[in-house]
Amino acid sequence: MPAESHEALNIRSSADVVSVRQAARALAERVGFSLVDQTKLVTAASELARNTIDYGGGGTVQLELVENGVRRGVRLTFEDQGPGIADLNLALKDGYTSGGGLGLGLGGARRLVNDFKIESSPGAGTRVMIARWK
Amino acid sequence: MTIQVDMHDRLALALQEDLTARISATSARGVLIDISSLEVVDSFIGRMFANIAAMARVLDATTVVVGMQPAVAITLVELGLSLPGVRTALNVERGMALLQTSLDGAGEEDASGVP
Repeated sequence: MPAESHEALNIRSSADVVSVRQAARALAERVGFSLVDQTKLVTAASELARNTIDYGGGGTVQLELVENGVRRGVRLTFEDQGPGIADLNLALKDGYTSGGGLGLGLGGARRLVNDFKIESSPGAGTRVMIARWK
Repeated sequence: MTIQVDMHDRLALALQEDLTARISATSARGVLIDISSLEVVDSFIGRMFANIAAMARVLDATTVVVGMQPAVAITLVELGLSLPGVRTALNVERGMALLQTSLDGAGEEDASGVP
């Protein structure tokens, strides 16, 4: 069954990061996530939304309710047309940052979800897909 | 100070500036930040708390963050954020007690206030 709910948001400003958090929270509640699971998904969404602004120069997120057999979940796909990431392994490492951050965004977000997929190459932008299942 | 909104980044930065200005203006020795209404603390907001604590320390004030929701605490640890230099307490009462203890013990110590 394809995604039963689909929403797309622009991510341009820090106010948009708040909107992404709220939209992710609403979907997590609909799936019936526990409060801890909601918080993990929303926090991961917040990290990735901020990355989209800080490193990607802005972009979009698709938010979907998804089903896989009897399991339901929430899938978020962040896309930007920024400079891309040359060394993904390095970018995923805790403590590494090319900006002024703590370097926890990507690696931390990956730990907070069940599925994590990143595609990026220099000049081609970055696409990060995360999913958390109930 | 109690934080009761879903903070966007610029608001968080403004808070940081307002708070340090207030510490300076009132000669405050302690800062208590109640985050019991915060449903999300990501690395940006976590870094803001660490910054506030560091700035307050330079101004000779001790910072305690209180009321963190259990789901937020679990998520923070998994995220990898350890809030270096930020003291925490379960609630406002315990936070005030911690501030009092740190003030009582501060007389013989250096300006960092760390025992």
